[in-house]
Amino acid sequence: MKREAQMNIFDILGPVMVGPSSSHTAGAVRIGLVTRRLLGEKVKTARIGMYGSFAATGKGHGTDRALVAGLLGMEPDDIRIPDSFAQAEREKMKFQIGEISLSGAHPNTAVLKVEGVSGRKLEVQASSLGGGRIMINRLDGIEVNCTCEMPTLIVHNIDQPGHVAKVTSMLFESNINIANMSLYRDRRGGIAVMVIEADKEIPEQMLEWLKQQEGIKKVTYINAAKGEEKNGL
Amino acid sequence: MAYKSLEEIENRCREEQISFQEAVLLDDLNERGVGREESLAAMGDLWKAMKEAAAGYDPSLRSRSGLVGGAGNRMRSYLEHEKPLSGEFTGKVIASALEMGESNACMKRIVAAPTAGACGVLPAVLVNYQKEYSVSDREIVDALYVAAGIGQVIASRAFIAGALGGCQAEIGSASAMAAGALVSLRGGGERQISHAAAMALKNLLGLVCDPVGGLVEVPCVKRNVIGAVNALSAADMSLAGIESRISPDQVIDAMREVGEQMHPSLKETGEGGLAATPDAKNAFIFVEGLV
Repeated sequence: MKREAQMNIFDILGPVMVGPSSSHTAGAVRIGLVTRRLLGEKVKTARIGMYGSFAATGKGHGTDRALVAGLLGMEPDDIRIPDSFAQAEREKMKFQIGEISLSGAHPNTAVLKVEGVSGRKLEVQASSLGGGRIMINRLDGIEVNCTCEMPTLIVHNIDQPGHVAKVTSMLFESNINIANMSLYRDRRGGIAVMVIEADKEIPEQMLEWLKQQEGIKKVTYINAAKGEEKNGL
Repeated sequence: MAYKSLEEIENRCREEQISFQEAVLLDDLNERGVGREESLAAMGDLWKAMKEAAAGYDPSLRSRSGLVGGAGNRMRSYLEHEKPLSGEFTGKVIASALEMGESNACMKRIVAAPTAGACGVLPAVLVNYQKEYSVSDREIVDALYVAAGIGQVIASRAFIAGALGGCQAEIGSASAMAAGALVSLRGGGERQISHAAAMALKNLLGLVCDPVGGLVEVPCVKRNVIGAVNALSAADMSLAGIESRISPDQVIDAMREVGEQMHPSLKETGEGGLAATPDAKNAFIFVEGLV
């Protein structure tokens, strides 16, 4: 598994972004945006906790406004980022921002507890790695550690044999190559989470099929790079 | 495989009789699996965004801490009324570098090159070069490939983040990239490009990252000026036939070694250097009070 890919020339030049910091501003917008896409709908309320350097220098870097801007669906180059608080008020999104303490987390980390307009809830812990790149560390308390920069399939299932085989053979049959794959569970026989980063898009009918399978609790598909979202609950 | 050394790029240029920018472009097509038009369009978009950012400077803006803003405007007005010691062209480069650094600190849209903190260096020399010498956008885009190739090698052999290698990794890298870009615009060959980059980086070796209050404001904005002006002098030296006595790749390796030895208080933690001065601490109390 290779987490840090060799930088291509557009990692060196770019991104086009609202300043002042790729980690504290652009990365923070992406954390908000990916959270919004994972929720799959407009955010109604958000409780945002900033940790480490985000908490220490976040206000001066506009990290707070950047996180809110992302939750409103703005991209890191959106010139409305500095005014995101006013935009949130216009869109009737309520938010609270504070400092939190975490143990063993990356120094640039935020925890976002969000509720969508339909009442759907989600808790995301994410860190900003530099250069605008981010890592989603936890989803609803369960470790996932995915970048969401590739088509990413997250499957919550009951921790029992056969589910991994089911998902990987489904991908194999459509000739979809797996770039990265991680497995987590809260306890034996509890809820397990499979995070698969694929080299190409996973078709919608495949996701629908997967949702129908016994023991599958939740199917989330995200490709933050392309701004697509599919959240099956 | 992406280039791991400037020597590798130079060799390819000689073997295939191609320019530095063509070698970088060909590698991008191979690495990302895209077509020439797509790559050129993406680079063209970055150039457009750089020009828009340069044109969008607002002299009335102040950063959220209140520490920076308006310096670019002062420099412009000085250029209008006085004869700058460093010459008219360099004076404009100084003003542009300040403006972009301030735009970044004031949450305007910029292009990280290679980082947001160093975003003023490349546009400061390229925007003014285009105005002064009337070169086409396409020629500037070619020069951006040269800059990106140099940056890619630096990122692969050393680092481009202040938190990892100090300011030499950010402003130093940006300056090396800009120096190479300028030499290519002047028709210099691959060896001259590499040596211009090497001389620019050498002259900023050891530069620490000591931002006041941990913010990308002081001294970052003004360090964009030294990055840009240093690029001009390194490019001129190289075009005059002067070479770095230490080979370009070894200069990059030295930058890595210096960065690794640099104390953590001098790597973007806001604890050492200028950030630890009494003035900085007073400013930061003010900042905290403000927000």
